[in-house]
Amino acid sequence: MRRHLRSIEELGVDGIRALLDLAGHMAEVNRRPIPKVPALRGKTVVSLFFEDSTRTRLSFETAAKRLSADVMTFSASSSSANKGESLRDTVETLDAMGIDAVVVRHKSSGVPWQIARWTDASIVNAGDGWHAHPTQALLDCFTIRDRLPRRSFDDLHVAIVGDVKHSRVARSDVAALRALGARVTLVGPPTLLPPSVEGWGVEVSHDLDAVVGARGSDAVDVAYVLRMQLERQEQALVPTLREYTSCFGLTPERAGRLPDHALVMHPGPMNRGVEIAPEVADSPRSVVTAQVANGVAVRMAVLYWLLGSGADLAKEAE
Amino acid sequence: MSDAVERAASPTGAATEVLSAADVRRAITRIGHEIVERNRGLDEVVLVGIQTGGVWLAERLGAAIAGFEDGATVPVGTLDVSFYRDDIGLRPVVPSAPTALPALDGRVVVLVDDVLYTGRTIRAALDALNDHGRPRAVQLAVLVDRGHRELPIRPDFVGKNLPTSREETVTVDPDGVVIERRGGGR
Repeated sequence: MRRHLRSIEELGVDGIRALLDLAGHMAEVNRRPIPKVPALRGKTVVSLFFEDSTRTRLSFETAAKRLSADVMTFSASSSSANKGESLRDTVETLDAMGIDAVVVRHKSSGVPWQIARWTDASIVNAGDGWHAHPTQALLDCFTIRDRLPRRSFDDLHVAIVGDVKHSRVARSDVAALRALGARVTLVGPPTLLPPSVEGWGVEVSHDLDAVVGARGSDAVDVAYVLRMQLERQEQALVPTLREYTSCFGLTPERAGRLPDHALVMHPGPMNRGVEIAPEVADSPRSVVTAQVANGVAVRMAVLYWLLGSGADLAKEAE
Repeated sequence: MSDAVERAASPTGAATEVLSAADVRRAITRIGHEIVERNRGLDEVVLVGIQTGGVWLAERLGAAIAGFEDGATVPVGTLDVSFYRDDIGLRPVVPSAPTALPALDGRVVVLVDDVLYTGRTIRAALDALNDHGRPRAVQLAVLVDRGHRELPIRPDFVGKNLPTSREETVTVDPDGVVIERRGGGR
């Protein structure tokens, strides 16, 4: 029975928990002198990236190699997509070469579901449009669980700050955190928040100062900062970047007002000085490098679950 | 010194206790003595329990050895072999607890497991050990050897040899060893 990881909603809360546990094992493998196991020997994983991304692609490819799988890389800029080959032909061509999993990133939402029609391989969504980026959400939850071990998710308050409207990372993080029972507050200017958050189960604030300074039951445990997408600047969603930084940037002063135990997270790549001050990015509360390291472990868990284990994770968790 | 145990044929589904808790305790003590005797002491000896069945056994062995060797502590580690198994994809293989090993280079590793059957788990354990270091030697201690080897693997220390049929399941824990005939046969 073929499985996919295309969205957090499709995975479900039992799947989330099981993958987080599995990622713990993978993290141990990564700490060994020889960080490699033969679990996926003979399997082929294709990274099919139609959007630029070095970090995510490398993270997936490293994950596959650590499980002894073979890796094929398809990156759009240097490919036949430039010659006008359709998505369907690309996928069917790869499928004909014999592949077990496709890790796909595309600027159009829904592509991971679309291509499932043209290949029998397991599909992993590495980002589709503004819609979903489930492995990012999983590695974020794994990092939170690792860095705040004494907190359970239903006792946690996470503030997601920035351009939520255009962020697949935010959408998947909200889905995962809410499924695990955490409280989520979105913070940003109205132009950068979704028109409606009905059904999301989140609160909304336009006042970052109030959110970081809150204490007691409103205290924030994680300040998750989203990248200000500079390429959107001509859409005039904010008056100037300086004004964005002064109202919604995580400055040293604002970071200093967070509760002592609070984490600062960012999916990367960071625009230092815009959404996050360089001193904050490099401060001890920032777990950005841990997020990257955990990304490999989480992606190893995902690939092993899809291609190796044969386990029905939701049932295993019962 | 291990002996075969005669069993009356058990009806379908019924469980027979072949080793009591006291038998298990004595076997552990004897195996502990054999390990020390064979290695002429405990210099550079490490016990490694294979997840999950060998973990409690390795700890008990370590405690038993400390009991008669003037409190000498043998390092005890645990090894999860899930990612090295040859049946990944054929059946659910989900790791239990993460591997935690002391340094292995140049040491004598005594692998510990509860039941030795086809030998495939031990093969996986040898491959796993190889990725963690280069032991001077690897020895194998099992509480029960139930036969039916499918690979050329043999134990160095055995609690009990229990000839079994493939229709039977063997369950081992500190309270004893139980053989159960699977209902309906296969």
